[in-house]
Amino acid sequence: MLAKTEIQGKIENKKINVKNLLSSAGALAGLIVLCIALSIMSPYFLKIENIMNIARQSAINSLIAVGMLLAILTGGIDLSVGSVLALSTVIMAILVKNFSLNPILGIIVCLGIGAFLGFLNGIMLTKLHLPHPFISTLGMMNIARGLALIITKATPISGFPKSIQYFGSAFIGIIPVSFLLVIVVYIIYHIFLTKTPTGRYIYAVGGNPEAARLSGINVEKILIIVYTLSGLMAAVGGLVLVGRVNAAYPLAGLGYELDAIAAVIIGGASFMGGIGTVWGTLIGSMIMAVLRNGLNLLGVSAEWQTVAIGAVIVGAVYIDVLRRRAEAKTK
Amino acid sequence: MEQQPVLLMKNISKSFPGVKALNSVDFELRKGEVHGLLGENGAGKSTLIKILTGAYQKDEGQIILNGKEVNITNPRDAINLGIAAIYQELNLQPFLSVAENIFLGREIKSTNNIISLINWKKTKEEAKRILKELGQDIDPSYPVNRLGIGQQQMVEIAKILSTNANIIILDEPTACLSSKETEELFKVILELKKKGISIIYISHRLEEIFTICDRVTVMRDGNKIITLDTKNTNKDELIKYMVGRTLEQQYPKIKTIRGREALRVENLTRKGVFENISFTAYCGEILGISGLVGAGRTEIVRAIFGADPVDYGKIYVFGEECNIKSPIDAMNKGIALITEDRKNQGLILIDNILNNITLSSLVDFKRKILLDYKEMTDKSVELIKKLNIKTPTVKKVVRELSGGNQQKVVIAKWLCKKAKIFIFDEPTRGIDVGAKVEVYNIMNELVKEGACVIMISSELPEIMGMSDRIIVVHEGKITGEFLREEANQEIIMKAATGVI
Repeated sequence: MLAKTEIQGKIENKKINVKNLLSSAGALAGLIVLCIALSIMSPYFLKIENIMNIARQSAINSLIAVGMLLAILTGGIDLSVGSVLALSTVIMAILVKNFSLNPILGIIVCLGIGAFLGFLNGIMLTKLHLPHPFISTLGMMNIARGLALIITKATPISGFPKSIQYFGSAFIGIIPVSFLLVIVVYIIYHIFLTKTPTGRYIYAVGGNPEAARLSGINVEKILIIVYTLSGLMAAVGGLVLVGRVNAAYPLAGLGYELDAIAAVIIGGASFMGGIGTVWGTLIGSMIMAVLRNGLNLLGVSAEWQTVAIGAVIVGAVYIDVLRRRAEAKTK
Repeated sequence: MEQQPVLLMKNISKSFPGVKALNSVDFELRKGEVHGLLGENGAGKSTLIKILTGAYQKDEGQIILNGKEVNITNPRDAINLGIAAIYQELNLQPFLSVAENIFLGREIKSTNNIISLINWKKTKEEAKRILKELGQDIDPSYPVNRLGIGQQQMVEIAKILSTNANIIILDEPTACLSSKETEELFKVILELKKKGISIIYISHRLEEIFTICDRVTVMRDGNKIITLDTKNTNKDELIKYMVGRTLEQQYPKIKTIRGREALRVENLTRKGVFENISFTAYCGEILGISGLVGAGRTEIVRAIFGADPVDYGKIYVFGEECNIKSPIDAMNKGIALITEDRKNQGLILIDNILNNITLSSLVDFKRKILLDYKEMTDKSVELIKKLNIKTPTVKKVVRELSGGNQQKVVIAKWLCKKAKIFIFDEPTRGIDVGAKVEVYNIMNELVKEGACVIMISSELPEIMGMSDRIIVVHEGKITGEFLREEANQEIIMKAATGVI
């Protein structure tokens, strides 16, 4: 009996893993179809420069989205990421430009502030018992944006040393550093979410917070970690943005939270929490970047691109709904 | 006076993954009768009712209403056919008024306006009239959440009457009612009978069946056993049909030797909930906690487990005083709480067996920083085998398991954590009879291996069948303590109702 269960366990293990892959396969198939269609419509699309361009363009959203994924996995949301990006980068800019802070220290401060603002989001949620992260992070979104405007007197700060520009504009060979950063970050988060207790707790808290608490999980601590990491990832995205445009500005990252949410949802994560993978999110982010790039190549205006992105969000989730329904029927 | 039945359910079958919930069940309901539906948890009563009300779809069988076969595919169909149910958890909007609740979805509109708005005056009058018919004097503009549970139930009945239902199902209607409220409910049931309304009355409480029902149908293990006139039967006969097996077969209690003290509670108090609770539980012993629903038993064990706060009192674990402030503290002292509501409090339903079993002990599987999945799988497979959890794979999603197997997954989680004190709250609620015996055998195994088991149960036979010692809780206080040999149904009930 033991042997049988064990063998079956192993066999099914593999089978289910394939099935798990398939659950983000919808998004992956979408991405592939999109790429094929665009490569037929525009000969420039498959050129190596263009592909690297997409890799670069998707980087900021990918970095922010992986933080957003954590929040959504716990059944929450982080609306403050765009503002956190702005505040953490302008503080770095002021310290480096006006107070001649060492740029490496500046980067560390930038990341530290992002993480700290995220930590405050977590504290507001767990210690002040605000009823939903929508509220705590909505508050933070406005507070951080306002502070960014105040301390910069609403003007951009530009011209940074090479070290700060590195993540946003450097290349290794033909590959943008920003994209390499995304790959490294995603591998780390994949390991974190699947192979560490804290990562598994994030899924458990999202799947059923009360059962998680009664299983001896420190739910509050997990939520604080999640929002701290989300803030940190917003700052990392900010660092890439500053490097790319060689400027920090208080209105940076406006609306980025919505792109990040879209990437997570297109990537198959459940808005109810407990379900989602980093690879799904990465594919979601790539779909958005490919779509924007392709429509640009085809000369579609920015306004219509926005309409297209909206349609993709609704379409992607609807396909997911249909898939789940079909799955439930076959049972 | 044989008459055509109002409702005839014929050869109804229904299966869920791993369980045959109903096996070709027949059920007949006459006009104006109160028909008791009796059976243990997992006998199939709820499934039968859910098929009738459109919540589930039958696999096989026919439903014949007033001589015509009907097809009930969703709750709306059932309502349109005049079939309505009142469940234990009432279905009211807490912040809306009584009148609004009664007419929710069927609002009374003013007809002479171009834009038809809700006619509040008429809504309230109608609500008042219906409530009066039930002999209830409830202000229709009152918000429902400020009414007592008994009155809320009356609002629900009024709501159903306003839809012109002629078959009403009451599912354990007295579970949360005081004896006075119960009396009131029975009066209303007699009123409904007079109007020619037929009632299906589900209850565990045999006394009630004899007080209020004309006929009774007994179910067991998904089968209909028999339908009897209540005047031609008695309690013992009904119990025999319900249980269908001797007490020894149902409760496979083994003899064990009491070991050292495991858990001692002194004067534990949470104001308004429970007071001065003191008891001791030992290794190698099953301590039963009996009492009525709402007596405070669940609250006491939740407090011991650190899930709810306490005002004062001391908790000793293996002789050492412990300050348990959260489930984490309790868990680290070796205490496990297997809650009564496993779906909402015990399991991550959307996750698989492996992750559920290892959830509390993930830290033990950490090698440096990463989890050792091979060891986790091996341990899970070992526990799946030990507890006989029926699944083809450790990766099966817990939601797809039967109730009994889900319960075993919860137990496996705490075995994996190497807990020493197991607190079971209604361990066999909603699981089928075979699985119950398996759960009892797991308890036997635990105490044999020197663990301490504390079991809350509302089922007296279960308490008496499995406990070595029994404490009884009434209104937040311990009102009795009995050894297995001294205990009988009567003295436990007396303590549970505060008579002694």
